[in-house]
Formats: sequence, structure tokens, C-alpha cells
Amino acid sequence: MTSESAIDDTQYPQRTAIGLSFGNSYSSIAHTADGKTEVIANEEGDRQIPSILSYVSGEEFQGTQAKAQIVRNPRNTIAYFRDLLGKEFKDVDPSPCHASAHPVESSEGKGVAFVVQEKEVAEDGEEGEKSTLTVAEVTTRHLRKLKESASDYLGKDVNAAVITVPSDFTDAQKSTLSESASKAGIELLQFITEPISALLAYDAKQQLTDSGSSAPQDKIVLVADLGGTRSDVAVIASRGGIYTTLATAHDYELGGSSLDKILIEHAAKEFQKKNKSASDPRKNERSLAKLTLEAEAVKKALSLGATASFSIESLGDGIDFNLTVNRSRFELLGNKVLMSFTRLIESAVQKADLDILDVDEILLSGGTSHTPKIASNLQSHFPESAVVIAPATSATAINPSELAARGAAIQASLISGFEVEEIGASTEAVVTVTPHLTHAIGLVTGEEGFAVIVPAETPAPVRRTAQIVVKAGGDVLVRLAEGVREISVRTEDKATTNGNAKKDADEDEDEDDDSDDEPEEVREKVWKAGKVLAEAGIRGVKKGGKVEVQVNVAADLSVTVVCREVGGKGGVRGTVPAGKAEQNGNAS
Amino acid sequence: MATIQLSATLPSLPTDWTAEKDFKSISRVTQPTARSLEPVGPHFLAHARRKRHHRTFSEDERIQAESSVKKTEDEDAGEISEDEDPVMLQREAKDWKHQDHYAVMGLSKYRWRATEEQIKRAHRKKVLRHHPDKKAASGKEEGDQFFKCIQRANDILMDPVKRRQFDSVDEGAEKEPPAKKDVSKKPGNFYKLWGPVFEAEGRFSKRQPVPQLGNDKSTREEVEQFYNFWFDFDSWRSFEYLDEEVPDDSADRAQLRHQERKNNNARKKRKVEDTTRLRQLVESVMAQDDRIRKFKQEASKQKNAKKNEREAAEKAAKEEAQRKKEEDERLAKEKAEAEKATKEEGKKAKEAAKNAAKKNKRTIRGAVKEAGYFVDGNAGPKEIDAALNDVDALIAKMENEELGVVASKLQGNSDKAAIKGVFQEQVTSLVAAGKVKEGELKSLS
Repeated sequence: MTSESAIDDTQYPQRTAIGLSFGNSYSSIAHTADGKTEVIANEEGDRQIPSILSYVSGEEFQGTQAKAQIVRNPRNTIAYFRDLLGKEFKDVDPSPCHASAHPVESSEGKGVAFVVQEKEVAEDGEEGEKSTLTVAEVTTRHLRKLKESASDYLGKDVNAAVITVPSDFTDAQKSTLSESASKAGIELLQFITEPISALLAYDAKQQLTDSGSSAPQDKIVLVADLGGTRSDVAVIASRGGIYTTLATAHDYELGGSSLDKILIEHAAKEFQKKNKSASDPRKNERSLAKLTLEAEAVKKALSLGATASFSIESLGDGIDFNLTVNRSRFELLGNKVLMSFTRLIESAVQKADLDILDVDEILLSGGTSHTPKIASNLQSHFPESAVVIAPATSATAINPSELAARGAAIQASLISGFEVEEIGASTEAVVTVTPHLTHAIGLVTGEEGFAVIVPAETPAPVRRTAQIVVKAGGDVLVRLAEGVREISVRTEDKATTNGNAKKDADEDEDEDDDSDDEPEEVREKVWKAGKVLAEAGIRGVKKGGKVEVQVNVAADLSVTVVCREVGGKGGVRGTVPAGKAEQNGNAS
Repeated sequence: MATIQLSATLPSLPTDWTAEKDFKSISRVTQPTARSLEPVGPHFLAHARRKRHHRTFSEDERIQAESSVKKTEDEDAGEISEDEDPVMLQREAKDWKHQDHYAVMGLSKYRWRATEEQIKRAHRKKVLRHHPDKKAASGKEEGDQFFKCIQRANDILMDPVKRRQFDSVDEGAEKEPPAKKDVSKKPGNFYKLWGPVFEAEGRFSKRQPVPQLGNDKSTREEVEQFYNFWFDFDSWRSFEYLDEEVPDDSADRAQLRHQERKNNNARKKRKVEDTTRLRQLVESVMAQDDRIRKFKQEASKQKNAKKNEREAAEKAAKEEAQRKKEEDERLAKEKAEAEKATKEEGKKAKEAAKNAAKKNKRTIRGAVKEAGYFVDGNAGPKEIDAALNDVDALIAKMENEELGVVASKLQGNSDKAAIKGVFQEQVTSLVAAGKVKEGELKSLS
């Protein structure tokens, strides 16, 4: 009967899935439809929605409105709660919440909660009953608001999402977040880590722009997620579009707020200099909150323009405060902090046992990536071969604040058609744990040269095809070998660097100081052929003909090689058997 | 994966190099590092698919290619297969009012269910086949009549308003109500034969979805909902399509208006007829519906059962009341009788006592005489009188029982002294009881 079929329809409702980037300071939502990803603005028109909830006389505020309440109503305003999720009270660092509601112990230390005046204060001024909200509950409310915003924007009820989490999110934190999401009416399709999500969004954009090549390049990408209160870096090997995280580095103190602090210090000193009698605004909670909000705004303005100004009414003792800061002053003041971003990123490269020369791309994600100096520092620190993708260095870069949400939305659109069990089955260790090649596989060319066909850290099974021109023609030897990457260091005159330096006259003045005295060290990546795996002979290649080599590494690491002349008949086919002792790690 | 172009040169084959089939395996790949892939992105999904189904690259590519090919084929199949009626191909285009547009488009099995996309594709196919230019090329002199039919059908079916008008009178979509005898042949036939009729009628409903006839297992609510819906059917069916048209050349407004009025009336009439037809149809179905009978029986059974129960209860209550009443009456009667008996008995006893008392008194008086009026020798009248008065006073003071006791003592006693003794004893006891004063009864003391 029709009524029954109607019930059936409700049992399998159409999934409307969004990508959700749930950050400690900001959240954003994105949706992919017809291959286009869009970041959704909430009712207030914000695409970066502060992850803050505030309770004012019985009303709940979220986002920008809630953030404004930090000044007037700090104790009933909950901020920076994402990182508290699923943690025990003793493991929690409450310092980011200093200016807002303080976390308290709940359920005998097993959880963290906030005590806020949620209900309206009674008319007679008597303090109403305060309610204790666990972090999970706060998260549910926050997610519900985000869901409502997305539903309003799309005109459809959003009921599923892919949520991004930091790469060090524990299983307990994930399960708590998952519960909170389901309470908010969101079916959690998958958790993906923030750096991977950012990379996915970037690669998807790249694919659209150079739509000619269907398959993505093999590359090592360094994704730096520089957030409001913390920074996470991941070194990711992208092989044929499959991502493997090689190493991660975290700094829980370094973030946008560290930069804000510099501006706060600076402004506070200036304020006291101008008003000798005034008290220190940093000592007064309310003044500090005002200053913090304004510092963040100034920092953002400085990422776009060369100057920005503080303008705070009644900062302290009823005195208004105005101060103009220019970018170079900010960069000078914040040099130490800005350099620590570079150091953190470099430490991740070392953790992955790589050299900075191995890094092909550096993708900056997260709000703090807007700061131009961070990008330019990286650009000068890393070799020229590494491309820094940030708004300051690349005009086509996607807004770093939106990367994570976009990636999640893409992933959501990819998997929203699947059953939950199917998604679960695909993300199980059986499927994800894969043997990765320790060394690159390639051809020995010339005397000692080596040409990479399959780079290191490529998950098996893999299939790659390479073509090589044989100029002279005749019989050729195809020698398949493992390659070893070496870094050769040689000293050279600084003339070459000076030529490069002219391009960016602004930034390299200090660099010149360094390089003037000592000769420039040139570090180069050199491939050396290592262990030879197989040899094949191809006879009678035409002059200027091409030889095609297909390398097929199976999951058990047996290598099948097919060599033939392009356009020619026949070819040579052979298999390098799988090593007996080397079979561990095979999941299939 | 795109082919990698390497720019380096390959070494030439050493002259002394030989190998079986020109291939030599030398050493094995170094032990790999087990790492976890990030389960993200389209390429990972492909990887997961390969790994879970244990496919190689080429197998997976083949299967994916096959499945995508199948999809396009599925889309294409269907509408093409319909045969074209040779009679239909001979149609005159100007007679479009009577043509079956769906049949012309080759969509006669879809009809009102055909989607716009299907119509578009069907039209394209028909155009490709029947375009007059093509016919001319193949040398046939058939004219473009059928092509015009196709274009007309497309015009009507692609216009939602016109399509509705046509659907309203589309005879091809009508389902004849089955004959009664067919329905009664087999028990399941009712649902099998009537179901499609309602499905076809349901297309006119403004309210969708339309409840279906169901089967013999449908619940009472479902069946009731079904009949309620159909008795309260809100139809969008209209009959503009059957309007008689005024020839274009008659520019006479009066005639136009007249025709319009006529058409309007005809529409209204048809609509009323249609509504009545549907109502009658539903009524006749309801009459045939075994479920209604079944539900009625069940309901009446239930009702009867309830009624019986109630009656039995009432009866029982009545009997109980009757019984109680009788019992009460009986008890009352018994009580009355007992009372009466005790009363009579009391009366008798009283009388007996009275008699006894009289007798006793007489005995006592007699005893006085016997005792010679308590005087020695013959008593004078004065003395007799005094003695008798005193004895009478004594008797009046005595109770019946005492009278009895005294009488029994005096009975048969002729000794004067003894009689006097009895009297004196009685007097002293009465004096002790305070009934008689000392010295009151002088003759007896």
C-alpha cells in the first residue's frame, strides 16, 4: 500500500551530507553539489563561525554574537571547547579558556564541563540556578546550530556530515564527538584529519584547473594547519592520489593567539605610554578582552593591508584608545613567533626522515596561514623546488580557512551514497594498512644515473608506466633498480642567489647579510641506483623510438615488468618474485 | 595513471648480454614499511574497492568500465522497442485531436507515467527515424504526414497544461472495469482485476499518493481509508480537449461565444458524468468487496458478543435482585409470624397468670374463712369484715408469684394456726420489702 511505501521512504531518507570543519576557535561548513564545493555562510554571513556559545538572559548565542559576549559576559560564554572533548579533567589545558567560562571537573574527573547561567536571571535579581553543561553537550548544541545554518542555506534538511579532526585526536575523543553529532541529528559518515582534508580540497581544485592530466602527480606535501590556538603539521606522501601520512608535529601553544598576544603587548605598552596615569589594561579582565578581540581584527587586517589600526572605546579608566600598526612593525615584533612556525614545520620534515629538498609542496591551511610573513619565511627557508601554497605566495590558493571544510565536503559527496557499513569496511585497518615501498623503483640510465618510475613511500599494489626515448636506436638494456636519494652539498658562488634575490627585493635583505660573508651552500637531490632488480633487453629499437616500461608492484611486492617499443610488436615481460622474508605487512 | 616521460637515455645492450626471453630477475624489492593510508579521496576509494574485492588494476578498470557502459545502455533501451502500427503511420496530421500521442511517440506503455526526459528522448528517436528529409533521401514518396503527427504529439506532451488536458481524455490509459462474473471466478481476482483500474483512475487525483486497493490482508483502517479517499475523490480531470472548435475563418463573435458556452456546458456535463461514473464504480466495488463484508461480520459478531454479554449480565443482575427480594420477603414474614406467635403466647400466659392469680386469691380468701377469720371462736361480722379487708389489702400488695406460693401453702391447709402463720410470714416479708407498714394489717399480725 502507499502508506507502507511512504514509511519505507522515510526509513531510507535521502542523505544530505556536508563537510564540517570543527575547529577549536572557528568552525566552517561546506557542501559539494555537482562537483562544485561551496563554503556555507551562516545567518550572520560568516563563513568562519567562531566555535563559541554564549548564554545571555536565557538566550543562546553562537558565533560572532557569542564572541562579542566575551567582553561583557565572559563567565557565561563557552569558547575553545573542541580540544576538551573526550578528555579527562586532569589532561585538560584550560589556558585558552582563561578569558571565557572556565572548564570544571564533571562526573568525577572523567569529563569536563562548564557552569553557565543558562536560564534567565529572575526579576528580583536573585541569582538563578546555574546549569552544568558537559563539553559533549556544548558540542552537540554547537553542531546543531551549524546543522541548522547549513539546512537553511541548502533548503534541505542536512542529516549527515564528514567532520575534520586534528591528526592527534584520540579514539575516545572521536567517539565522544560522534555521539555529540548524532545527538545533534547528524549522521557521522567519517572522520578525516584536518591536513588530509586540506590536501584533498587543494588537489581537487588543482584537478579542475589543469583538467588535462587525469591522474594526480606523485608528490610529498607538507600540510601546515595553523589554527587559532594550536598548530599541526603533517608530512603527506601523495601517490597517485592516495595519501599516506608520514609524520605529524603538533604545537599546542603556537597559533594565531600567539600572534595576537604580540599585538596585545604592543598596544598595551603604547596605551600606557600615552596615558601615564592609566592602569595596565592587561590587568583588567574586561580591558584585556576588548584588547584581544581588537588584536585579532588588527592581525587579520594586517594580513591583507600594510597598515591597520586599533580603535577601542574606553579601554581602561574610560580612556579611548587609537593606534596604527603597520605590517613591518608587526613582523618585526613577532619575528620570534613567526620563526617558530617555520621551525615546527621543519621539525615535521625531520620526523619523517626526509630532507627539505624532498618536499614538493607546502600547503598552508587554517586561519593563521593568512599571515604573509609565515608563507614568505617558509618560501625562503625551503628550496625553490618546494611550492608554498598560501594566499601571500600564490594568487590561486584557496582561502586557507576554508580548506579543511572544503575537503570534508568533497569527501562527504564521495561517500554519501554508501551505506555506513560500507564506509566502515573501507576504513578498516585491513584495507588501509598497506606496504609502502622503502626505496624508489626506476631505471638505471646512462652510467650511474637513475630515473624514478615508482617513488619511495608508494603503497603497493601500484602500477606505473614510463616512456623513454631511445635516440640512437638499436638494442637497449632496461635495468630496473631501486634508487637511493642522496643529498649532495657543494659550495658555490653567491652570484646565483643574488640573481634570484632581485625578484623579491623586500624580503631578503637579512638573507643577503647572511650570504654575503660565506659562500652559498648548494644542496641538491641526487639519485643513485642501488640494488638492481631485473634486467630486460629490447632489441632493434628504431632510431628516435620510444620504449615503454610498465612496472606493476603487487601487494606481495612481486614486481611485474613489461617492456616494449611503442608502436612495435611483442615486448619483454617478466616477474621479480616476492621476497619470502619480505612478505610481512601485507594485509590482503 | 598517466605515463611518465623520462628524458634520460637508456644504456645500449652489452653485446654479451643474454637472458631467457630477454628477461633476467636479479634481486628482490627491499622490505616495505607498513603504513596506514588516509581513507580519503576518490583514489583511495578505488584502492579500497580493489583491495576488498581482490581485484587487480586491469580487472578493476574493466569492471568499472563495464558497469558504466551498462548504465548508458539501460538508459537507451526501453522506448525504442515499441513497434509502430502501420495504420498509425498512415494518419493524417490534421486529425490530431483523435490521435494517440503516446502511441505516436512510442510511449504507449508509459503514458501518463512517462517523464519529461523520456518524452524528449522518444521524440528525438522518432524524429531521427521519420524525418521527411530522410524519407526523401531513401526515395520513398510518403510525405511528411506522420512527422507532423510526431511534432504535434511532442507539442502537446511537452506542454504540461496541454498534456494534462490530453491525459484527461486519454482512452489508451483507461482501464475497463472488469465484469462481475470474471471477478467472482476466483477469490484473488477481485484485487487482481480491480487494482489496475484504481491505479489508472488514481492518476486524476489532486492528492497524491493515492491509496491502492490492497489485498485480502489489508487492515480495516486501510480499507476504510481507501474507500473514504475514493468517495471523496478530488479530480483534476477536465474535458477541454474534447471542445468543439470554431473554424478559424468565422470571425463572428456571437458564434464564438455561443460555441464557448456550449463547450463550457459540455465540459461541466462531462465532469458531472465522470464524477457520477466514478462514484458508481466505487459503490459497485464496495458492494463486491469481500473485506467490507468480512469487517461487517466481524463487527456485528463483536457487537453481538458484546450485546449477549451485556444481556446475560443484566439477566443475572435481575435474577439476583429477584432472589434477594424474595429472601427479604420471606425473612420479613418469618419475623412477623414469630412476633405474632410470641404475642399470642404472652397473652395466653397473661390470662393463665390472671386466672391463676384469681384462683390463688380465691384460695387465699377461702383460707381466711377456713382459718375462722383469724379469730378464736366464731367471728362477729365486724371481725370478719376487718380480716377480709386486710387480706384483700395484702393480696393487692402481693405479686402474682407470691400469690401462687402463698396459695400453694394454704391449699388444703385447714389448720387455723398454720394458715395464720403463713399470712403472718407473708406480712413480715412484705414489711421487710417495705411494701406494707408495720401494724397496718392488724388482723394478720
